[in-house]
Amino acid sequence: MRRRLPLSLHLGAALTLLLVAMALLSLLWTPYPAEQVRVIARLKPPSAAHWLGTDHFGRDVLSMVMVGARNSLAVGAAAVGLGLAAGVPLGLLAAALGRWGDEVVARLGDLVFAFPAVLTAILLTAALGAGAVNVVLALALFNSAVLARVTRGAALAVWRRPFVGAALALGRGPLSATLVHVLPNIAGIVVVQATVLFAVAIVNEAALSYLGLGIQPPSPSWGRMLGDAQTYLFTAPLQAVFPGVAIALSVMGLTMLGDGLRDWLDPRHRSSGVM
Amino acid sequence: MLAFLLRRLVSLIVTVWLASIVVFAVLQLVPGDPALLMLGVNAQPDTLAALRGQMGLDQPVLTRYLQWAGALARGDLGVSLTYARPVAELVAERLAVTLPLALLSLVISTALALPLGLLAAAQRGRGGDWAVLGFSQLGVSMPSFWIAILLILLFSLTLHWFPAGGFPGWTGPGWGGGIGPALHALLLPALALALPEAAILARVTRTAVLDTLAEDHIRTARAKGVSRTAVLLRHALPNALIPVATVLGLQISFLVAGAVVVENVFTLPGLGRLLYQAIGQRDLIVVQGVVVLLALFVVVVNALVDIACALADPRPKGVSS
Amino acid sequence: MSTAKQRFTLAAAAALALAATSLTATAQPRTDLVVGMALEPPHLDPTAGAAGAIKEVTYANLFEPLLRVDADGKLVPGLAERWTVSDDGLTYRFTLRPNAKFHDGTTADSADVKFTLDRARAADSVNAQKAYFAPISQVETPDPQTVVVTLSRPDGLFLFHMASGDAAIVAPESAATNKQKPVGTGPFKFDRWVAGDRVVLVRNPDYDGMKPKLDRVTFRFISDPAAQVAALKAGDIDAFTLFSTYEALPEFRNDPKFVVTVGSTEGETILSTNNARKPFDDVRVRRAMAHAIDRKTLIDGVLYGNGVAIGSHFPPHREGYVDLTGLYPYDPAKAKALLAEAGYPNGFDTTLRLPPPPYARRGGELVAAMLAEVGIRAKIEPVEWAAWLEKTFKGKDYDLTMIAHTEPLDIDIYARPDYYFNYRSERFNALNDELNRTQDPAKRNALYGEEQKVLAEDAVNGFLFMLPSVTVQKAGLTGMWVNRPVQANDVTGVSWK
Repeated sequence: MRRRLPLSLHLGAALTLLLVAMALLSLLWTPYPAEQVRVIARLKPPSAAHWLGTDHFGRDVLSMVMVGARNSLAVGAAAVGLGLAAGVPLGLLAAALGRWGDEVVARLGDLVFAFPAVLTAILLTAALGAGAVNVVLALALFNSAVLARVTRGAALAVWRRPFVGAALALGRGPLSATLVHVLPNIAGIVVVQATVLFAVAIVNEAALSYLGLGIQPPSPSWGRMLGDAQTYLFTAPLQAVFPGVAIALSVMGLTMLGDGLRDWLDPRHRSSGVM
Repeated sequence: MLAFLLRRLVSLIVTVWLASIVVFAVLQLVPGDPALLMLGVNAQPDTLAALRGQMGLDQPVLTRYLQWAGALARGDLGVSLTYARPVAELVAERLAVTLPLALLSLVISTALALPLGLLAAAQRGRGGDWAVLGFSQLGVSMPSFWIAILLILLFSLTLHWFPAGGFPGWTGPGWGGGIGPALHALLLPALALALPEAAILARVTRTAVLDTLAEDHIRTARAKGVSRTAVLLRHALPNALIPVATVLGLQISFLVAGAVVVENVFTLPGLGRLLYQAIGQRDLIVVQGVVVLLALFVVVVNALVDIACALADPRPKGVSS
Repeated sequence: MSTAKQRFTLAAAAALALAATSLTATAQPRTDLVVGMALEPPHLDPTAGAAGAIKEVTYANLFEPLLRVDADGKLVPGLAERWTVSDDGLTYRFTLRPNAKFHDGTTADSADVKFTLDRARAADSVNAQKAYFAPISQVETPDPQTVVVTLSRPDGLFLFHMASGDAAIVAPESAATNKQKPVGTGPFKFDRWVAGDRVVLVRNPDYDGMKPKLDRVTFRFISDPAAQVAALKAGDIDAFTLFSTYEALPEFRNDPKFVVTVGSTEGETILSTNNARKPFDDVRVRRAMAHAIDRKTLIDGVLYGNGVAIGSHFPPHREGYVDLTGLYPYDPAKAKALLAEAGYPNGFDTTLRLPPPPYARRGGELVAAMLAEVGIRAKIEPVEWAAWLEKTFKGKDYDLTMIAHTEPLDIDIYARPDYYFNYRSERFNALNDELNRTQDPAKRNALYGEEQKVLAEDAVNGFLFMLPSVTVQKAGLTGMWVNRPVQANDVTGVSWK
């Protein structure tokens, strides 16, 4: 049966592709070097030379937004990748082990969820120092807890299905059953969740960089650009708009992609948009 | 059911206890000596030692943890290293800002979300529905601190309707404070927190209302000639409130995190700002106390949501989700 | 018709009433003041903390030391109305004001002074400047109005130190609770503290000295630059001191409702360099960095031009200053050549650690960009004060950092063997020893000049600029300090025209 692809999937994929393309392009070309300082040309409004204007050190905002896309994607990918690498095996393990193993994973999850992700990151950066790596670690911790919980729930549902029981009866071990039967059946749910977490990671990285705890200069970051812009709200209000638009479009693209994927994989489920 | 509640309570206590250990341990890794920070670059070693003694920092780590955790178990949060005041007092003072802020944003977000969700459901597939879904998609995508900056730009710096930050206090007059000015100062931050929340809730409301509309008794009511509006308001909405409340509960921890950042944007003297400043000042006693309180709050809310779900639907009982 | 007429008369009456109140308002100058500050003090006891904000609220307003520093940096009477120094420089006799009282009504006499000084030098003292009190060998109180302090060694800066906030006179009854409920002898007394927002002081009706013109002073704490500007523009704040949102200054200068003053502080802002660590142990590398930094652009970029460049560790407004800013002109080519000569033709990687103040975070970003131009790739590492003090200042574990040294006349830090610059120079130490033995002001100034030259030749640190003291105030306000000889917001002489 051929399903129609949901509209949100199209839009989400298009926005996400745009983001990725901008990030990739910034590797090859930006209008100006993103780190080039020219104090005389500071806080200029958008013009033909600088499409989005210049910041308080005369750096080209468009170039910074482009490189910022790369940094946001990198942090998001690392935070979600690490989260997947740790969370999915934990969730599968919990589902396969049952009782006490399940309990341990569940309690660890409770512990992580007791601290809001941003709070964890603030504490962790205080202990280990501000910077992108430590922010990634904090966000990955949160992501792995979410993914472990989602994986476990989905895996338990698969374990209860008759074909898994049949496979076990035919002599498959729990490990091989997990790999052959469980994993392929939960992959969709996990991918959807990972997409949404990617969006959350981008927002959280921006918030932490806004507080000065995330990506460090000279490397541009959307969140820090907003933090800097707040100082210049009177003199250069537009500076507070562009990086925010970039964040919003990226998050919009990823959440729509996630929603669209979910609708496509499971048409009965209407998107509720809960992150 | 009783066994379920008991298990939930035990796991709640264990989680908070583990959280207290984690927080304490992480703070031991934080570089920086509170005494050195207080006394600055010209402090002499003997003065630093004297102050550390006063602060109780000369004790071994385990002793300090046991003292703190013991006092905590009795409800005593200790005395702030920086402000030399009981932490409970500081927290109470800051809650007078954060709690009204959170409540105000909850009120605003539900006041926005319920009508929008209903409208979308009523207009399903038509213009209103698309508008609400669009707003919701936008709201979910904009980080609250950016909304906060945009609100400052528009309402404070351009229109001069609201202050750009700060909090005059609830008491007045004569000091510029009072209920009116205080609410005035809280409105923009509350709005910044409420908009993303409203976006999510509007979607949940829409979905929930559509779900109930599909149920049999609603169809029966419609068949009996009850008007569409009446069905929406009297039948669909009350039933939709349960999932909305559940999501609201789950969103509480996001609200807490959002408040930390938004309070910093508006320099509001709330709990989030106290925490953020206390980390900078190495006021470990305050950080420990506030973080454990926040963790307790989040865990309790999660447990309540769990219990409410279990009561409403007996199926997942025993299986913690 | 009649209702319309009634309305009109009501409106007219209201307008008249308004006009009347505004008339009385112009006839009667305001007697309250709202001062804006960026940072909130952690507590209000100046004898138990180094945070500048504590003194900015309490110094001279709430608490009085024996002597005070006035707006010009001169020593003037504080709680002591006069004092004498013996010829050997070892005995100081202070005579206190006869009717001085603490805000709780108890008399402020010699016993309180003895208590204060003994407390500050006791074994369990937590005074941030305990070293100020170290020369004291004994404190005697022949009568309630007289204090005799005997030193164990002469100390040319003793009176200066006794005029600091750290030496504020406190009472034994209230010393323990001063952090939250400060009780001093000053012309203002504590009214209330709205945590996170403001501290309110009111006039002390029982003050025995010259009474201030203001009857209420509110210190408001606003850390966010946009909120600072908004509060000033909205008229919520009458004067913002140590204003550091420099980019907003042109607007205030062009507005007749405001007056902007730019004065001096004692804050030499430097690129502190770990002289013991490779490659900074090579003077050629340090000189290369001096040539690589364009101070004019830096001052423009960070302070919007409101700062003075320095060429060594000495403020231009002090006697004894030597202008050494021309020693290392901005010259990236020369910087590269020096680096190549030192064995770094391709530059090197290093770390630049930045504490929280905007001048450091902003300035550090610019300095890093300038260093990058000549091949020195500095990774920026922002740290909080606590971590900076622990790792950089105390632990001396750093490459480069940027910081303003705000202590007055602190060039002697370069003679301290364990100071975080890790700088050791026999020449400088000899000069400093001689300075300590010299009393004659002209000779002292000449020695200060020699010291500055040695530091500049050795390019010990990157000498950047003096931090300005910028005040934005409403027109019509008089008596605010322009310069910052000490950390204070002394409002005792402030009034409205």
